[in-house]
Amino acid sequence: MLLAVLLPFIIAIFIPFLSKWKHKLHTGFFVTAVPVVIFIYFARFIGPGFEPVEREYSWIPSLDMNFLFYLDGLSLLFILLISGIGSLVAFYSIYYLHKSEQLGHFYVYFLLFMGSMLGIVLSDNVYVLYTFWEFTSLSSFLLIGFWNHREGSRYGALKSMLITVFGGLSLLGGLVFMSGITGTASIQEMMSQQELILNHDFFPLILTLILLGAFTKSAQFPFHIWLPDAMEAPTPVSAYLHSATMVKAGIFLVARFLPMLSVSEWFFIIVSAVGIATLCWGSYMAVRQTDLKGILAFSTISQLGMIMAMLGFGTKAAIFAAVFHILNHATFKGSLFMIAGIVDHETGSRDIRKLGGLMTFLPITATLAVIASFSMAGVPFPFLNGFYSKEMFFDAAVTMDLSVTGIAATLQTLFPYLAVLGSIFTFVYSMYFFFGTFRGKANIDELPKKPHEAPAGMLVSPAILVLGVIIIGLFPDLINKPFIEHAASAAYGSENVKDIYYWHGLSPAFIMSITVLVFGTILYLSIPKWASIYNAVPGRLSLNTFYDGLVERTERYSTIITNSYMNGSLGRYVRLILVAIVVVTFGTMALTGGFTLDFGNVSEVTLHEVLIAVVMVIAAIGTIIAKNRIAAILILGVVGYGLAMLFVLYRAPDLALTQLIVETVTVALFLLVFYHLPNLEPHHESSLTKAMNLIISVGYGLLMTMVAISAHSHKMFDTMSSYFVDNSYKLGGGDNIVNVILVDFRGLDTLFEIAVLGIAAMAIFGLIRLRGKNKEE
Amino acid sequence: MEIIMAVLAGTLFTTGVYNLLQKQLLRIVIGTALISHGAHLFILTMGELKRGAPPILTDGIDQYTDPLPQALILTSIVISFGVTSLLLVLAYRASKINGTDNMEQLRGNDYE
Repeated sequence: MLLAVLLPFIIAIFIPFLSKWKHKLHTGFFVTAVPVVIFIYFARFIGPGFEPVEREYSWIPSLDMNFLFYLDGLSLLFILLISGIGSLVAFYSIYYLHKSEQLGHFYVYFLLFMGSMLGIVLSDNVYVLYTFWEFTSLSSFLLIGFWNHREGSRYGALKSMLITVFGGLSLLGGLVFMSGITGTASIQEMMSQQELILNHDFFPLILTLILLGAFTKSAQFPFHIWLPDAMEAPTPVSAYLHSATMVKAGIFLVARFLPMLSVSEWFFIIVSAVGIATLCWGSYMAVRQTDLKGILAFSTISQLGMIMAMLGFGTKAAIFAAVFHILNHATFKGSLFMIAGIVDHETGSRDIRKLGGLMTFLPITATLAVIASFSMAGVPFPFLNGFYSKEMFFDAAVTMDLSVTGIAATLQTLFPYLAVLGSIFTFVYSMYFFFGTFRGKANIDELPKKPHEAPAGMLVSPAILVLGVIIIGLFPDLINKPFIEHAASAAYGSENVKDIYYWHGLSPAFIMSITVLVFGTILYLSIPKWASIYNAVPGRLSLNTFYDGLVERTERYSTIITNSYMNGSLGRYVRLILVAIVVVTFGTMALTGGFTLDFGNVSEVTLHEVLIAVVMVIAAIGTIIAKNRIAAILILGVVGYGLAMLFVLYRAPDLALTQLIVETVTVALFLLVFYHLPNLEPHHESSLTKAMNLIISVGYGLLMTMVAISAHSHKMFDTMSSYFVDNSYKLGGGDNIVNVILVDFRGLDTLFEIAVLGIAAMAIFGLIRLRGKNKEE
Repeated sequence: MEIIMAVLAGTLFTTGVYNLLQKQLLRIVIGTALISHGAHLFILTMGELKRGAPPILTDGIDQYTDPLPQALILTSIVISFGVTSLLLVLAYRASKINGTDNMEQLRGNDYE
C-alpha cells in the first residue's frame, strides 16, 4: 500500500528524463499509466464483504509519526475517485496540452498532487495527514501558476496558496491539540477516546481550527474566493483539482472526524449553516458569470456547500446522500470541465456571450454536455445520477429531526427552504451553461477559431465520465452494495445502509424537486428581466475587494511600521537600545526589590582618592562641554591618567603601568586622527535632542551606579583569589600573582587577547593600505 | 570608598553615553573610551578596594588585594585599546572617503 501511495512521487522523479522525448511520444502517456495501476490495485478491494485494512510503515517512530494507512470505505471511495479521474484527466491532457508546453513541469506537479491526495485520504496518523495536506496546497499552487507568464495565473496561485495555507496551519493547530489531549497520533484511536476530546475545555477551539482547515480547502463561504481565480490553471487541472479531488479534501476531513465531532450541537450549526450559505451564494453567483470556467467554479463551490451541509446535518440519511453526491459530483463536474476545455480548445473562447449555437459544430460534445449539466441540475430523469443525490438531499433536509433548541432549531426549520432556493439557482446556471453554449444563434465570425468537433482522444475522458453518470443513474445498486454503503458507514461511524430508488412515491422531496424544476425554468427564461438584481446584490460589495485590501493594507502598514523605527540613523538605534536596557533593568530591579544599600562593608574614604575622583568627574564632564575637539581629546587623557593613579592607589602596579602606556598611545592616536578629520562647521543639535540625550545618559549612569552599589552590598561568597595567592609560587613559580594568572592560570584569555590585538593591527593596516574602487576625494 | 567609586564609574558611563549619542565620529570614539574606563573602574570596585598589599608575593605579608579583577582588567584594557585604535582608523577612513564625520549623514543608500 505504501508503494501505491509513493508510486506517483517515484515516477515524478523520472518525468524530467521522459519529457526529453516528448516530441516523439507525449509524456502524458507514461503518466496515464500511473493512476491506472493505482486504480486497478485499489479496485480489488471493492466488494460487498469489504473490511477496513490497516498498514503501518515506520517513518519517525520516536515522535509517533509513522505512515499509518487505514483503508476504510470512505478512503476507498476517495482513492478510486482520485486515481480514476486522475487517469481520465491525464489522458485528456495528452490532447489538451500541446507538445510545445513545458510538459515535464506539468506532469511532475500533477503526480506530486496525486500522490499527496492519496496520502491524505489514506493517512491515519494526523501528522502524516497534515504533511500530505500541505503537499496538495503546494502542488496546487504550482499547477495554478503553470502559465506563470500570465499575471492572472500568478495572482490566482498566490491567492489560493495564502488561503489554503492559512487553513492548513489552523488544521495543524487542531490536530496537535487533539493528539496532545488523547496522547496518540492515530485518528482511529482518537475516535475511541471521543469523550476526552468532547469534554475538554479546548473543544470549541479544536472544532474551530479543524473546520477552518476544512472550509478553506473546500472553498466554503467566505473562503471560496480563491477557487474562481484558480480557473487560470490549465483546464485538466481545473477538472481534476478544482472539481473532483482537492476541494473535496476538506469534505473528506469533515467526514473523517464526523463520528467524533457531530455529537456537538455547534458542529451541526456551523457546518450546515456554512454549507447552506455556500450552496445558495455559489449558485446565485454562478448565474452572473460570463466565463464557462467561472460558471463551473461557482457551481463547484455551491455543490461543495451542499455536500458540506449534508455532512453538517449528521443524520444517517444525510450522510448517505453526502457520500453518494461526492461520487456523483465528481463524475458530472469532471466531465463538464473537460467539455468547457474542449469548447475553449475548438473555438478559442470561453466567453459565453460570444459562444452559442455550437450544437451543430460539436454534436458529440453537446450530447455529453446535455447529460452532465442536466445531471448537475437534478432534472428528474432515471439516467441522471445528480437527481438521485439531490432528492436524497431534499429528503434529508425535510426529514431531519434532531430535537434541538435555540438557534439550531431555527436553522433546522429554515434549511428545507434554503435548500430549494439554492437548487433553483443550480438549475438556472446548469441550463444557462448548456443552452448558452450550445443553443441559440451561432456567431462564428466573432470566434478566434472556426469551430469543429474535437479529436476522438479528447472526447474519451468526458465520455467515460458521462457514461458513469448514466450507469449510476440507471443501476444505482451496482455501486451501492459493494461501495457506497461502506463509505457511508465509515463516515457515519456505524452501519449506514440505504436502498437507492428512482421513484419514492409522492414524497415531500419529490414535490421539492418539481418546485425546483418549475421555478428554475421560469427564472432561466426570464434571466434578462431580473439580471439587474446583481447590481444591487452583491453590487460593489465583494469579498475579493476585501481580500485585496487586506493583502495591500498588510503590506502598507508593515512598511510604515518598519520605516517608523528603521530610519537608518545609528543614533536612534543606540538610543532605543539604551532605553531598553535602562527600562528593563530598572524595572526588573524595582519589581524584585534588587536595590540594596549597605555601608557596612566599605573601605575608608581618604582625601587624595576623593580629589582624584573629583578631578576625573570634572574632566569627564569637560569632554562634553569642550567646544574644541582637541580640547576634548586632551581632557579625555586626564580621565585616563586619573584612572591610572587610582590603580596605583588601589595596589595594582601592572594595571597602572599598562593604563599609562595605553592612555598615552591612545591620546597620540586621537590627535593623529584629529589632524586628518575634515574641518567642518560644528554640528548643532536641537535642545530637544540634547535634553533627550541627557536623560538617557543620566538614566544609564544612574542605573550602573545603582547596580554597582547593590552588587557590592550583596556579597554572597568569598572570593576564590586565595587559591591564586596560595598557589602562585607553588604551582606557577612566580611572585607576581597577576602575571601568573595571565600567563599560567588563565593563559587562554591572554592568547586570544593577543589574537584580538593582532587582528586589530591587521585590520588597521588593511584599512590604511588597501584602496577599494572608490576614489578618495 | 566603594560608594564614591561606584558614583565615579556611573559618571563615566553617563558622560560616555552622552558622547556616544553625538553626531561627530570623534565624539563617539571618545564616548567608547570613557565607557571602557567606567567599566574597568566598575570591575575594580566589585573586588575589594585596598585590603592589603599589592599582589606580589613578599615574605612576611599574607594579606593581598584581590589579584583576579586586576588580571581581568588588564585583559580588558588591551582589548579596548585594540578596538579603540581600530575605531579611530575607521573614523579616519570613513571621513576621508565620505568627506564628512557627521553620523546623521552617513546613512548608506535606500537599498541597503
